Amino acid sequence: MTLCIGSVMAHSTDLDIVNVTKRFGSHAAVDEVTFSVAPGEFFSILGPSGCGKTTLMRMIAGFEHPTSGDIRIRGQSMIGVPANRRPVNMVFQSLALFPMMSVGENVAYGLMCRGMPREDAEERASRMLERVGLTGFGERRVTALSGGQRQRVAIARCLVLEPTLVLLDEPLGALDLKLREHMKIELKQLQGTFNTTFAYITHDQSEALVMSDRIAVMNQGRFEQVGSPRELYHNPATPFVASFVGETNRLQGEIMASSDGTVALQLPSGMVTRGTGRVPQKAAVAFVRPESIALAPSQPALRDLPNRFEGRVSAVLFDGANSSLLIETLGFEQPVRAVLPQAGPLAGIEVGAPIHVGWTADAMKVFAA
Amino acid sequence: MMTKPAQRLTFFLLLAPAILWLGLLIVLPHVEILILSFSERVAPRVYAFGVGNYLEFFTEPLYWRTFARTAFMSILVTALTLVLAFPIALYIARVAQGRVKAMLLLLCLLPFWVSELVRTLGWMMLLRETGVISYMLRAAGLADQPVELLYNDGAVILGLVYGGLLFMIVPLANALESLEPSVVEAGFDLGGSRWTVLRRIVIPHAMPGIVAGSIIVFMLTVGNFATPVLLGGKNGLWFTEQIYAQFITRFNWPQGAAFGMLLLLLSSAIVWLGLRLTGQSLGTTLKQA
Repeated sequence: MTLCIGSVMAHSTDLDIVNVTKRFGSHAAVDEVTFSVAPGEFFSILGPSGCGKTTLMRMIAGFEHPTSGDIRIRGQSMIGVPANRRPVNMVFQSLALFPMMSVGENVAYGLMCRGMPREDAEERASRMLERVGLTGFGERRVTALSGGQRQRVAIARCLVLEPTLVLLDEPLGALDLKLREHMKIELKQLQGTFNTTFAYITHDQSEALVMSDRIAVMNQGRFEQVGSPRELYHNPATPFVASFVGETNRLQGEIMASSDGTVALQLPSGMVTRGTGRVPQKAAVAFVRPESIALAPSQPALRDLPNRFEGRVSAVLFDGANSSLLIETLGFEQPVRAVLPQAGPLAGIEVGAPIHVGWTADAMKVFAA
Repeated sequence: MMTKPAQRLTFFLLLAPAILWLGLLIVLPHVEILILSFSERVAPRVYAFGVGNYLEFFTEPLYWRTFARTAFMSILVTALTLVLAFPIALYIARVAQGRVKAMLLLLCLLPFWVSELVRTLGWMMLLRETGVISYMLRAAGLADQPVELLYNDGAVILGLVYGGLLFMIVPLANALESLEPSVVEAGFDLGGSRWTVLRRIVIPHAMPGIVAGSIIVFMLTVGNFATPVLLGGKNGLWFTEQIYAQFITRFNWPQGAAFGMLLLLLSSAIVWLGLRLTGQSLGTTLKQA
């Protein structure tokens, strides 16, 4: 019976990280991290640089060894298994293509390491290159490729081995913005066609939000929250997640009253705001997304909102569909940032114009500071 | 445009020492030696143009055999130096960090603060019949009478490898240092064994350094004089000894000059052949060195 459950368990996840800790001296780079990745999932680890995400990834790949805890791939413990024996392949930040080999040889390398004869390996490699849109590139030098093409070679080199898990270490970091936007979509599509499990690490929240099925937000060696991009964005579990994922306005204050998940937060200026959250102490921080802030030229339009304030436009940050306003608001230390819809009546607003802002209690998440 | 003549003057002034150095100390003597090598003695103090000195090399077996032996041993020494230097260079370039790295390079350099002659004499003290090694072998009971370790090919090769190591380690370490760590990791990650990574990634990357080091060591070895003479004794039979003998002992300068030119040409031919066989160009190699 136990055996039966065990074998079912082994197939329900591709990767299990169990209480993994990695210490460098007294500093814990990765601190008691536990998570699982399901087959075919696009799982991202999002965090600022130095949060331990690279160390975690290198432990999965086999280049670092956990101080304690277990790493299992399809139920098999990887402790003591060297990097070249793990069913895991990595796309490096620098891509790490082999400059001494042609594109075809780069892709065939892993197959030949497995003892496949050269002709077969090259045949398989050229078919893989076709699938990633690099038909006929086999003979080229890797140095003669563009950034996006090099990217695809790096991924093809992993996928040709049909690994259980592909690790991607900020592979889009070196690309320019336009290409990065394009590669995000392409990566997601590649992952879908090959139906391979991807573990992706990045410090770029937009990359993680766009591509992932689930995201783990990592900070100082620990996971702050694991969830779908929507969950993280709309229901952040910690102040760190609220401020790191997406744009937000941060308010600091003291709890005046709270009942059943709604709280009244008093700002240092004495102004009172209403938000949601369960805060057991007085000091608190609150976050409001710029797109949750309603704008109106006059007070009555915002009549139904519990938070209503009056201010003056201090800057117009025009960025097409992402345009926003900075509003110097009475009683607030920082200007409030609000999305400015380019299709609305306020599209042409100028600096210095008076404006009213407001938001619902739901839109403001309050946490213990 | 205004400064052009001044710039040109500065350029030539800066270049002048190098041109003088090359012209007076290398090109001029070689032209002299070239002319000398084509003059044959027809009667006492009477010389005529001819290729007799060169023919002598090919018709007298001692000469070309000595050269063949020198070339073969030099290739062997170069190969041995490469095999010995590679792990050392790999350690210096990839493992050692900061001060340790600088110290290791200094350790390689240290023996070169002593003149070659003194270093070779040091080896003689170790290897001779009454030397340190012979004494220790007897003390350990491994030999019951004094052992002569000098005056054989082994001693010559040992001395030459020792003298060549630094010149192999430096270009090799240079070449290996520029190898991105993630490229090596990718080699393992995609399933490569240590041997595969070494053969398909590390060595191809280090190739310019390998070739540069090999050329330097080969040229230094072929042209070495003191080490084969002192450690090989009468059995040394190095081609430079033949040149020395012609110039100094037999006072046959034209013959010595011909041998000198032949040494230059033949060793250059071997280097060229080596470059062709490894598919390297002199340009990339020089950049590495």
